[in-house]
Amino acid sequence: MASKTLEIAAGNIARGDVVIPESVEQREDLVRGPHTFHDITNIVCSPAERTFAQMHIGWKIGFAVAAALCTMFISGIGYLIWEGVGIWGNMSPVYWAWDIVNFVFWVGIGHAGTLISAILFLFRQKWRTSINRYAEAMTVFAVICALVFPGVHVGRVWTVYWMFPLPNQMAMWPNFRSPLLWDVFAVGTYFTISLLFWWVGLVPDLATLRDRAKTKMAQIGYGIFAMGWTGSTRAWVNYERAYLLLAALSAPLVLSVHSVVSFDFAVSQLPGWHTTIFPPYFVAGAVFSGFAMVNTLMLPARKWLGLKDLVTIKHIENMNKIILVTGTMVGYAYAMEFFIAWYSGNEYESFAFINRAFGPYAWAYWIMVSCNVITPQLFWSKSIRTNITATFIISIFVNIGMWFERFVITVTSLNRDFMPTAWHYYVPTKFDLMFLVGSFGLFFTLFLLFIWRVPVIAMAEVKSIMKAANPHRH
Amino acid sequence: MAKEKREIGLLAEYDSPHAVFEACEKIRDSGFRRFDSYTPFPVHGLDKAMGLGPSYLPWFVLAAGTTGACLAMFFMIWCSVYDLPMNIGGKPVFSIPAFIPITFEVTVLFSGLTAVFGMFVLNRLPTFNHPLFNIKNFAKVTDDTFFILIESRDKKYDQQKVTDFLRNTGAKSIVVVEG
Repeated sequence: MASKTLEIAAGNIARGDVVIPESVEQREDLVRGPHTFHDITNIVCSPAERTFAQMHIGWKIGFAVAAALCTMFISGIGYLIWEGVGIWGNMSPVYWAWDIVNFVFWVGIGHAGTLISAILFLFRQKWRTSINRYAEAMTVFAVICALVFPGVHVGRVWTVYWMFPLPNQMAMWPNFRSPLLWDVFAVGTYFTISLLFWWVGLVPDLATLRDRAKTKMAQIGYGIFAMGWTGSTRAWVNYERAYLLLAALSAPLVLSVHSVVSFDFAVSQLPGWHTTIFPPYFVAGAVFSGFAMVNTLMLPARKWLGLKDLVTIKHIENMNKIILVTGTMVGYAYAMEFFIAWYSGNEYESFAFINRAFGPYAWAYWIMVSCNVITPQLFWSKSIRTNITATFIISIFVNIGMWFERFVITVTSLNRDFMPTAWHYYVPTKFDLMFLVGSFGLFFTLFLLFIWRVPVIAMAEVKSIMKAANPHRH
Repeated sequence: MAKEKREIGLLAEYDSPHAVFEACEKIRDSGFRRFDSYTPFPVHGLDKAMGLGPSYLPWFVLAAGTTGACLAMFFMIWCSVYDLPMNIGGKPVFSIPAFIPITFEVTVLFSGLTAVFGMFVLNRLPTFNHPLFNIKNFAKVTDDTFFILIESRDKKYDQQKVTDFLRNTGAKSIVVVEG
């Protein structure tokens, strides 16, 4: 502070000037290399300007596989509508199985995107700018995958409009006191706001692509979504305010969405579901799985798209730290559930948890614990959390573990009903598997199309955090 | 018959955030009001350097959010208490806590939609035929170049004087915008 006062006294700095403290100046740059603004534009835009033939062979193979799986998913949905939900393995007393497991899994994946774009923005974490576009796209696509499952698991899909408060021939309204209806509003709002947030962030970058377009079609295509953006400062003032407001609205929204998803379970009276720890535990798990998915997607893309200077080891390390924190929170929640099951003195509650860890699905429980509690602890070591291969492998483990978490919560709480005569060991059918794999196909199809045609890094934002962007530097 | 072109103003080009920032301060201090700067990214403090006030957007968002909250809450009360009172597990029909999640979601939905589309309305977007799009160099505004446009509508506008003035602010090039 003393040096700043001296400089002001000497007239070097005008009042109100932003003085960057030395400790910040000496931090590792978030953008590596001597890049100019124009270099950033080139690095980010050139992947989006490739023709199909110019794309990396890895992208092409990936797209072929993803599109095939996506086609399988769509045919699976067609068959489900024709034949009914009996094609799945759901059977008394396990009426809820992979359909809801997949839904919760995909909604959870989406949370990292909003966390990175909204909460890290509000905390002024500048490192988010290189990865927020990916993460937001991931959110939108993951929520699309998630919405398919409640959409089709109702069985008679032509009656899905009953979920919405629409005047109808039955003169009935939905039950507003049901968590399942809260879920419709929560996930619907979440999808809308995530899509808008992603689009608003894209507007200046789409304008860049419009201005660089070589063909009329690209110019019109990007031009429509860029809304005629000129970069006017009068427009930036409103734009930045809108972005801040969206971030401020999304931050509580993202916390509410997975809380509401957890209410689907927690508000019911079933031992194993009826616990107050569910909302925070679900949110932590969602962030945990979402960050893992960001790593899974980002590490190959950064290599194939040549973005190593923008997505640096520092970014990956920061992501891994968040995975470590949220993974530890999830581990704590697992332990606390067991403690409360014992401490409550309720024998049904205790049974539900003993059944989880040592019952017929013990294998699933221990897969969950090994993947979610043990593997992220490796990130205490700096050499592991800055190692790209290790990060990628651990991110896959976390994805698997978090899918199993939802499976364990849903199926192990249902399969041993209050009456032993009703017990049933749930086994998925080939259609269950087809829907899970197919949803990955849909997700990757959308994601690969995104990295082909849309700037994967928020160009304007990255430029604004470069040292050259400070108007007070000469 | 082509429509006769009208002079919109003078467009000056700058090559750094620092140059455009200083130029804006000079233009503001010389008493110009109808001018704007164009930048590839939001330059910190440039709105102040231009003498712009804060955005009105938060007020629209506040109004929309309040509307959403009231609409959701009153609609649910009307449905569940008056139009179709259902006995669900003996719970009271007038159950405010159970209405909170949806009230919150609708508030966020209304506010978010207003934040985005209100921003576009305030910025007069979409405008696909802006006269600046006819200037060839202006395409670089979304890449690495900075511009200032002083409009001919400004009371102090005089083509020759403004050209000299802009040249003194360190403009790299100056062109007349017509449209």
